[in-house]
Amino acid sequence: MSPDLLKLIFGRLGLESLPLHEPIVVGTFVVVALGGAVLLGGLTYFRLWGYLWREWFTTVDHKRIGIMYMILGIVMLLRGFADALMMRGQQMLAFGGSEGYLNAHHYDQVFTAHGVIMIFFVAMPLVTGLMNYVVPLQIGARDVSFPFLNNFSFWMTVGGAVLVMASLFIGEFARTGWLAYPPLSNIGYSPDVGVDYYIWALQVAGVGTTLSGINLICTIVKLRCPGMTMMKMPVFTWTSLCTNILIVASFPVLTVVLALLSLDRYVGTNFFTNDFGGSPMMYVNLIWIWGHPEVYILVLPAFGIFSEVTSTFSGKRLFGYTSMVYATVVITILSYLVWLHHFFTMGSGASVNSFFGITTMIISIPTGAKMFNWLFTMYRGRIRYELPMMWTIAFMLTFVIGGMTGVLLAVPPADFVLHNSLFLIAHFHNVIIGGVVFGAFAGINYWFPKAFGFKLDVFWGKLSFWFWVVGFYLAFMPLYVLGLMGVTRRLRVFDDPSLQIWFIIAAIGAFLVFLGILSMLMQFAVSLLKREQLKDVTGDPWDARTLEWATSSPPPDYNFAFTPVVHDNDAWWDMKKRGYQRPLTGFKPIHMPSSTGTGIILAGLATAMGFGLIWYIWWLAAASFLAMLAVGIGHTFNYHRDFDIPAEDVIRTEDARTKLLAGAK
Amino acid sequence: MTVAVNPTQTGEPLFYLADEHPHPEGYSTSLGFWIYLMSDCLIFAMLFAAFGVLGANYAAGPAPKDLFDLNLVAVNTSMLLLSSITYGFAMLTMQQNKIGQTQMWLAITGLFGAAFIGIELTEFAHMIHEGATPQRSAFLSAFFTLVGTHGLHVTCGLIWLVTLMVQVGKFGLIEANRRRLMCLSMFWHFLDVVWIGVFTFVYLLGVLR
Repeated sequence: MSPDLLKLIFGRLGLESLPLHEPIVVGTFVVVALGGAVLLGGLTYFRLWGYLWREWFTTVDHKRIGIMYMILGIVMLLRGFADALMMRGQQMLAFGGSEGYLNAHHYDQVFTAHGVIMIFFVAMPLVTGLMNYVVPLQIGARDVSFPFLNNFSFWMTVGGAVLVMASLFIGEFARTGWLAYPPLSNIGYSPDVGVDYYIWALQVAGVGTTLSGINLICTIVKLRCPGMTMMKMPVFTWTSLCTNILIVASFPVLTVVLALLSLDRYVGTNFFTNDFGGSPMMYVNLIWIWGHPEVYILVLPAFGIFSEVTSTFSGKRLFGYTSMVYATVVITILSYLVWLHHFFTMGSGASVNSFFGITTMIISIPTGAKMFNWLFTMYRGRIRYELPMMWTIAFMLTFVIGGMTGVLLAVPPADFVLHNSLFLIAHFHNVIIGGVVFGAFAGINYWFPKAFGFKLDVFWGKLSFWFWVVGFYLAFMPLYVLGLMGVTRRLRVFDDPSLQIWFIIAAIGAFLVFLGILSMLMQFAVSLLKREQLKDVTGDPWDARTLEWATSSPPPDYNFAFTPVVHDNDAWWDMKKRGYQRPLTGFKPIHMPSSTGTGIILAGLATAMGFGLIWYIWWLAAASFLAMLAVGIGHTFNYHRDFDIPAEDVIRTEDARTKLLAGAK
Repeated sequence: MTVAVNPTQTGEPLFYLADEHPHPEGYSTSLGFWIYLMSDCLIFAMLFAAFGVLGANYAAGPAPKDLFDLNLVAVNTSMLLLSSITYGFAMLTMQQNKIGQTQMWLAITGLFGAAFIGIELTEFAHMIHEGATPQRSAFLSAFFTLVGTHGLHVTCGLIWLVTLMVQVGKFGLIEANRRRLMCLSMFWHFLDVVWIGVFTFVYLLGVLR
C-alpha cells in the first residue's frame, strides 16, 4: 500500500508506535494480555456476558453504578501504584553513576501517568462511587435525578481510563508531569502522541465528571425525603453536595484549558506559546483554578465519611453538626481563592503572594474546626475500634501533619525554598493518602456490608491497615527530609550518595504499602469466601445512625418500600429509639427508570473519537462523532424510559426480608 | 409537594409515607438544565478571561480596528436578538397549544439562527482571506476561539431545534416536548446573553482600543 493511503487509514499509528524496544512494557503487556485473556475467556465460558450487559453495563441503578465506580478505582489503583513502585525503585538505585533501570523517556511517562491516574482514575472514581452509592440512600430517594446520565457519566470515566491504559501499549503517555505545563506540552517540545493521550483521556472523563456533578446536585436538592431539611441532611450528604458544586464550578475550567492546549497543538493557535503573544503562565493560572478546587473535591467527601464513621462508632450524635456544615461551605468557597499558592515563584509580587498566602492559611481554620468536632464526638463516647474507625483515627493523626506542612508551604518565602521540592511531594501525598485514600478505605469498610450483605474480614483488614499506615510514614517522611535538603521532584538520577539511604527507606515504605494493597485484595477474597460467617441480615451491622441503614443489605432495587419521613439529623437512630415498626403490608407498585445501553455506546464512541484524534485518524474521529450525534439524537426519540415494579414483586422482596429478620432474632 | 411530617393523630410519629408519591417526570430537569447552563457559562467566562489576557497581543499583526466591520456585526447581532424574540413567540403559542404556530415560530427562529451563523462564517472567511488567521497572533487565537465557541453553540442549538421540530411534529405538544422546548428556550436566550458580552467586549471595546 502507498504511504499516503496508510496515513489516511492509520494516521500516525504504525508498527513503530508499539513500544517493542521497552522490555518492561513488553513484559507488562504479556502479563496483562494473559490476565485479560483468562478473564474474557472465563466470562465467555461461564456465559456471563449477557448477565453483565443486562444487570450491570446498562443499569441505571445508582447502587450498581456506584459499585462499578469502586471497581474501576481499585483496578486503576493497581496500575497507578505499579508506577509508584517503579519510581521508588528507580530513585533508590540511581546513585553512584548508576542510571537505574528506567531510561528518561520511560521514567518521565511513569511519573506523569502516576499522577494522572491516581487523581483522575483512582481518587475520583472512589469518591464518586461512594457518593453515588450512599447519597440517594441517605436522603431516602429511589435513585438519582437523572439515572441515564449517571450510567453515561460512569462509562465516560471508563473511556478516559481506557485511553490512559491504551497509551501504555500503543504509543506513549505524556512526559510532562501530571498538569502538562506548556511550553513543554506544546507541539514543538512534545510532538508525539503522549500529550494528546493526556488531553483526550481527561476530556472524555471530564464530561462524565461534570455531568455526574450536575446529577448529584439535583438529586440532593430535589429528591430528599419529607422532613429532611437542609440542616437535617447527614454530613456526608452535605459534603457531597459541596463537592459536586465544586465539580460543576471547576471542571469546565479544565475543559477549556485543555481545549485551548489542543487548539495550540492541532491548529497552531498561540494561547500558550512563547511567541506571537501567547502566555504559558495563563495555562498555569487556568489549570490551577481547576486544580485547587479539585483537591477539595476529593477530600470533602472523605471528611463526610469520617463524620459518619466517628459518630457511629462513638455511639454519639456528631459534635457541632452546624459548625461542620458551615466549615464545609467555607472550605468550598475558600478553595477558589487560593490557586496561586501553587506558583508563588511565578513572580506576581509581594502583595499578590501575600493575599494568596493568607487565604491559604485561613483554610486551615474551618479544617481545624472539623478536626476538633471529630475529637469532641469521640470524647466520652463508647468508641468501637472497628476497621472504619481505625482508618479514621489514622486519618486524624496523619492529616494533621499534612495540614501543618501545608500551612508551612503557604508562607511565600518558605515556598520559594520548598517549591517543587520533595517536601511538596511529601505534603500532598500526606493529605491525599492520609485524607482521601484513608477516607475511601474507611468508607469501603463501613458501607461494604450495606452493599453486599456481609462484613469485610477483620484480620486481613487490620493487616492491610497496618501495612498501609506504617508504609505510608516510611515512604513519605524521608521525602520531607530530602525536600528540606533541597532535592527537587521528578529527578531520575542522583549524584550525592548521602541521599541514598532516605530513598531506600522510602522504597521500603512503598513496598509495605504494596503489601497493604495485597492484603486488601486478600480481604475482599477471604470475605467473599467467608460470606456466610460474616453475613449481616439486619441491614444495620454497626448500630448506625443514618437512613441508609434503615433498609436491607443489599438494598432492594427501589431502596425503600415506602418513602421514609425524617424528624432528626440522625434519622435512623431516631427511628430505632422511638420504636419504629417496619411496615409489613400495604405495598404499592413502585415507579423506576429502565436500563439502557445508550450510555455505554455513546461513551464507547467518544473513546473511539478520542483515539482517532490522538493518532490523527481523522476518518475515525469524524465517523465516531457523527455516530455519537446520531445515537444521542436517536435516544431522545425514546419517550418511555421507566416502568413500574409490580406490587407483588415488592411484597415478595419485603416478605423475604421479614423472614430473614425473624430468623436473626 | 408538601407532606405533613408531624405526628399522626394518634400521637405516633410518622416514619414513612403509606402512599407512593413518585416525583413527576422531569421533576429535576429545569434545575439540572440551569446548573448545566451555569457550567457552560463558566466555559465562556474562561474564554472571555483568555481574551481579556491576550486580546491586545497583536504580535505586530492586525488589530480589531483593521478587522472588524461594526455594520456587519450590528446586522449579525440583530439576527440573533430577533431569533430570541421569535423563540419567545414560539413559547407563547406553545402555551396556547397551537402546534402549527409554534412550529412556524420555531422555523423562523431557526432561519434567523442560520443567518447569524452564515454571516459569522462570512466574517471569518473574510478575515482569514486577509491573513488574519487564528494562528497569526494570540489576539486572533482568542478571538476565533471565543466567537467560534459561541457559533458552535448556536449550531448545536440549530440541530436541537430541528430535532425538536420533528419531535413536536411527530408526537405533538406533549409534556416531555414542552419541557424540551423550555430547555432549548433557556439555552437560546443564554446564547443571546453571551453574545451581548461578545459584542460589547470583543467588538465595541476592541474597536475603541
